[in-house]
Amino acid sequence: MVRFLLSGDAPRSRILAVLLALVLVGLAFAPFIFPGVRALHTAATICIFILLVASYDLLLGYTGIVSFAHTMFFGLGAYGVALASVHMGRGWDALAVGTLAGALAATVLAWLIGLFSLRVRAIFFAMITLAVASAVAVLVSQLYQLTGGEDGLTYQIPRELTPAFRFGELFGVRLNGRLLNYYLVFFTCLALFLLLLRIVNSPFGRVLQAIRENDFRAEAIGYRVVVYRTAATCMSAAIAALAGSLYAIWLRYVGPDTTLSFEIMIDVLLMVVIGGMGTMYGAVIGATIFVLAQNYLQNLMGLAAEATAGLPLIPDLVDPNRWLMWLGVLFVLSVYFFPTGIVGRLRAGR
Amino acid sequence: MSAAPDHTPTFAKHSITDRIGQAAPYLLVPVLILAGFIAIGAPTSWLTLTVSGLAMGMMIFIMASGLTLVFGLMDIINFGHGAFISLGAFVGVSVLFGLGGWTDAASLPLNIAAILLAILAAMLLTGALAWAFERVIVRPVYGSHLKQILITVGALIVIEEAIHVIWGGEETFLNRPNALRGAVTFAGAALEKYRILAVVVGLAIFFGLRLVLQRTKIGLIVRAGVENPDMVEALGYRLRLVFVGVFIAGSALAGLGGVMWALYEQVITAGMGENMMVLIFIVVIIGGLGSVEGAFVGALLVGLLQNYVAFLEPKLALVSNIGLMTVILLWRPQGMMTVAKGS
Repeated sequence: MVRFLLSGDAPRSRILAVLLALVLVGLAFAPFIFPGVRALHTAATICIFILLVASYDLLLGYTGIVSFAHTMFFGLGAYGVALASVHMGRGWDALAVGTLAGALAATVLAWLIGLFSLRVRAIFFAMITLAVASAVAVLVSQLYQLTGGEDGLTYQIPRELTPAFRFGELFGVRLNGRLLNYYLVFFTCLALFLLLLRIVNSPFGRVLQAIRENDFRAEAIGYRVVVYRTAATCMSAAIAALAGSLYAIWLRYVGPDTTLSFEIMIDVLLMVVIGGMGTMYGAVIGATIFVLAQNYLQNLMGLAAEATAGLPLIPDLVDPNRWLMWLGVLFVLSVYFFPTGIVGRLRAGR
Repeated sequence: MSAAPDHTPTFAKHSITDRIGQAAPYLLVPVLILAGFIAIGAPTSWLTLTVSGLAMGMMIFIMASGLTLVFGLMDIINFGHGAFISLGAFVGVSVLFGLGGWTDAASLPLNIAAILLAILAAMLLTGALAWAFERVIVRPVYGSHLKQILITVGALIVIEEAIHVIWGGEETFLNRPNALRGAVTFAGAALEKYRILAVVVGLAIFFGLRLVLQRTKIGLIVRAGVENPDMVEALGYRLRLVFVGVFIAGSALAGLGGVMWALYEQVITAGMGENMMVLIFIVVIIGGLGSVEGAFVGALLVGLLQNYVAFLEPKLALVSNIGLMTVILLWRPQGMMTVAKGS
């Protein structure tokens, strides 16, 4: 059963298996193990980012294509839900329509971008996605009548998913709509993650890996590389959009900073590389470590900056605003020294 | 023994369609200017917009030329190029602030001298950083585009953040030197002095680059290296050394572009290079990766189109570049001017 669910792709390392089990159990029972609004928010963010990073890994790690438009697809899903909720009013139908429309838009856009760039040279893809993503981000902030511009949109979701909806108590934890919302996020992410695992371990996934290793040979064997690359791009975009929809349902707010900004793209890149490219479990480990560090380590940096306030330069270096610099250093180092990431290391060192 | 087969080589001239095909990219610029004239209608605003479009295009070209050459020669795609733009701008602006007495004086020679010094400092520093960058960041990842993109993006972030640490603050505002403020009136149209200077500098860089590439030995080696690196190495030239030189020169040009852009926008941020990269990539793609002439034409097209569209329909300005890229890639999927790769 477990083998079937994991599509035959076992962790292949005892430590990794334990870590994955810990993450799974931690997330599955998060509302009961870690009480508090902030902890629950962190857990939901981890779920969503695991899905987002895994869908990105389908592109980067399995197919060997670098895209800078992944947050754009994420944002499309989020704005789909937001716009539908704003215009259709509160309700499940709005969520469904928004989610589907977002995923569809992301797929079509990914297909168009793939058509233009992958046809000629895979390297065009990185540059074109960067250009398109920045154009979309600018467009979203300029069309403020529609998108709320920089302020973003707030909207209402069905009452069953909000804290106002209460239905009893269990193990001292109040059961409310927010809990339901969390489990909606958790189970959707889990199902889609297992679907991704299924995709990469299917014959289709093997072809993608062959293309990553040597696209010329893959073409020579008779696989149409462009078709496979484009298909992977579309799938990855659709799942990223679904992750975006979940994020929008969870936050009840969308804005350029939370869904479209280049910073999130960088975060996703880091999570993939640190966790391990070319394995879906890398996404789990990378996203979990990163989101936890982001939520709790930055406070530590603030304390360090205060403690060293009298010294020259050091407080500037450990200022929480310079968080990205240390991530960048970590990123460069891990591409050099741990190109296979944490998961690759664990698997190699068993 | 049979007779040798008839061998009568013929030298056919390029047919007229071939020649038009070759010249087409260059012709696009006047065509676009003409289309702009028709769409805008008012000659004075058209002239103002054309000059500012050309100025913007020239500055983008200065920044893009290094990137395209580096790619053409060594198949390296440097996403960190934007960091050199930001760094150049910050160094240049610091020098200009230091020379406040010269920039505030109402004499053109003193102003120009201050700008030249700023540019010199910016180019020296970005060149030096590029040398280290090539050694530390780029050299270990030759041959793997994926790793190049990842590593150079990482380096871009680190350098941008380091600029934050060193110079602090989010935005730095500056004034242009005294003699370059304001505009001159020509045929009823107001032309900003600085934009005219930018056009002159851009043209000088373009023809200088062409001169070096077409008329000197080192240019010959670079062009040959773009076309067939193995052959050039087999002939005994140390292409790696040439490449390091091109990388440093290209990054120094990015620094120069950064100073020019800083004076154009009159505000600098650490993220400015990253934002410019979007336009630069569009230019490099539509020009054809590795082609300096293509980058030149592409930059002019982008600059002009952006200014015309910003005047006609402001919200479409950035999207217009994506549209331009789409149209050009439909027409020539490899970009307007492709570099023959004979390897």
